[in-house]
Amino acid sequence: MIESFYIAWKYVTYNKLKTVILIACITLIAFLPLGLQRLLTESEQQLLSRAVSTPLIVGAKGSALDLVMNTLYFGDEVPELISMADSQALMDSDLALPVPVYVRFRARGHAIVGTTLDYFDFRSLKVAEGRGLAVLGDCVVGATVAKRLGLAPGDSLISSPDNLFDLAGVYPLKMRVAGVLEKAHTSDDLAIFVDLKTVWVIEGLGHGHEDITKTQDSTVILRRTETNVVANAKLEQYTEITEANLDSFHFHGNTSHYPISAVIALPRDAKAGTILRGRYLSTDAINQIARPKDVIDELLQNIFRIKNVLDAVIGLVGLATVLAVILVFALSLRLRQREISTIFKLGCSRMTIARLLAAEIFIIVLISGVLSLAMMAVLSQFANDLVRALFIR
Amino acid sequence: MINISGLAFRYPDGEFQLRVPEFAVAEGEKIAVIGPSGSGKTTLLNLIAGILQPAGGTVEVGDVRVDALTDSERRNFRITNIGFVFQDFELLDYLNVLDNILHPYRITGALMLDGEVRARAAMLAESMGIGDKLKRLVNDLSQGEKQRAAICRALLPWPKVILADEATGNLDPTNKNRILDLLFRSVEEHNATLLAVTHDHDLLKRFDRVIDFEDFRDGDAT
Repeated sequence: MIESFYIAWKYVTYNKLKTVILIACITLIAFLPLGLQRLLTESEQQLLSRAVSTPLIVGAKGSALDLVMNTLYFGDEVPELISMADSQALMDSDLALPVPVYVRFRARGHAIVGTTLDYFDFRSLKVAEGRGLAVLGDCVVGATVAKRLGLAPGDSLISSPDNLFDLAGVYPLKMRVAGVLEKAHTSDDLAIFVDLKTVWVIEGLGHGHEDITKTQDSTVILRRTETNVVANAKLEQYTEITEANLDSFHFHGNTSHYPISAVIALPRDAKAGTILRGRYLSTDAINQIARPKDVIDELLQNIFRIKNVLDAVIGLVGLATVLAVILVFALSLRLRQREISTIFKLGCSRMTIARLLAAEIFIIVLISGVLSLAMMAVLSQFANDLVRALFIR
Repeated sequence: MINISGLAFRYPDGEFQLRVPEFAVAEGEKIAVIGPSGSGKTTLLNLIAGILQPAGGTVEVGDVRVDALTDSERRNFRITNIGFVFQDFELLDYLNVLDNILHPYRITGALMLDGEVRARAAMLAESMGIGDKLKRLVNDLSQGEKQRAAICRALLPWPKVILADEATGNLDPTNKNRILDLLFRSVEEHNATLLAVTHDHDLLKRFDRVIDFEDFRDGDAT
């Protein structure tokens, strides 16, 4: 048998092009369904585990999927905004603990998540290096963000402007990295956490600048009365919050009307959760309450429906490939008729000829199998990020 | 060495039939077989080698009744006792020269491939003048070198009978004589019997005996 494999190996390595094409076809057709299944399993795990652990989300009426994806996975699609008053209303209802979340801005490709310290307790997030959020302008980065951007406590991170061409738009804010979170193997690893007030500073709702009542530069004063001083656009606003300028930061208006993207509601108990959901069922309610598990289940059903179609397509392509491979071997047998006749004349049995051909097929299938497994290993390595890129972001 | 008696063979389509009433070849004899194309020369070689089974009569090679052997016995007999040299060399282009020479040893359990056989293959190739080309692929060889490699493959198991089916048909005159020299030398060294089908009348005088297949049509050839 070893000699059969030796001769078969010589044959497949001599006919390189044919061998490579066959191996590529078999590898792909074996890898496609396995890889797809692996991605779907990973996506199901990722999506469901986080959805199940988040009881309820309150947000503006509209796409429940956008609301859930933005709140749980910090997706790009920002839902209609609600206000801090909605979070306070939840607190006042005494049915659930509200955890306000504002996910709108980004820094170097990663979501800036404005929230309160309750979020860290709720997600059981631990600081691995440095400290938690304490001062306006602090940020705590997820483990993956820290690794990708090479950040450590003491470093700084600048928020990305909304639009480069909008001079009146959001100015970037230089944030201090106060701490790095332990790896959680969730979307939190990919996020930059800040206090809600810091996000509002990024948005321009809060700002810091020199004290215009004491400024000597008259060109920045637009109007001065006994009770009021109005500065013009020349007034320089701080783009970094430091100990020296921290006191100058202030918010105009009522912060209870400030925006947030959602509120994670943690009901006191199941009954409180049911009552809470009932309150948002009214057609007059301007907000919606979503159960992430239901929303993600629906999404997964759609994904699996698409997967069934893909399975059918892959099945057909697989069948065509198998038939093509059989055809290649059959044609190869015809082309090798003279060679087979020769070795038969030399004294070889038909069984040995069959063994030689079987050895060739075995080698090709074995290499294809090993390659498929290697590709699966690589896919598994990146499945987490890939699923995030394909299904979540 | 070879004794054929009352041999009758017919291909399944029935269009061709061969009858050889009596035909004998002594040990060590070098015989040329001539005759027009389609007269049954190759069929006779295949019957002697046990590749084809006669419908009647007997074929003896040495002490063995080839026609009475089972399929598997005939294969084992063929690979250990018969050396086949083909007109188109019939070498495998995906194997190097050494692997081609050793090929019969790799495809059957009747022959044992060991270090001694490998050494003998190298010596045989050396004596044939292709000792420095053992690692070359067949396609890198000239026609004459290919035929020498094919002869090495046929001779390696030291067969009692060498059947050459137009072994020099594809060679130029110089190479024809050179290949025949090598074949004769090997046959003499191992006291083998050579039965060579040829169309080349210039070479006939070098054989001990010439059998014209036209004779079989009328009667016997002994």
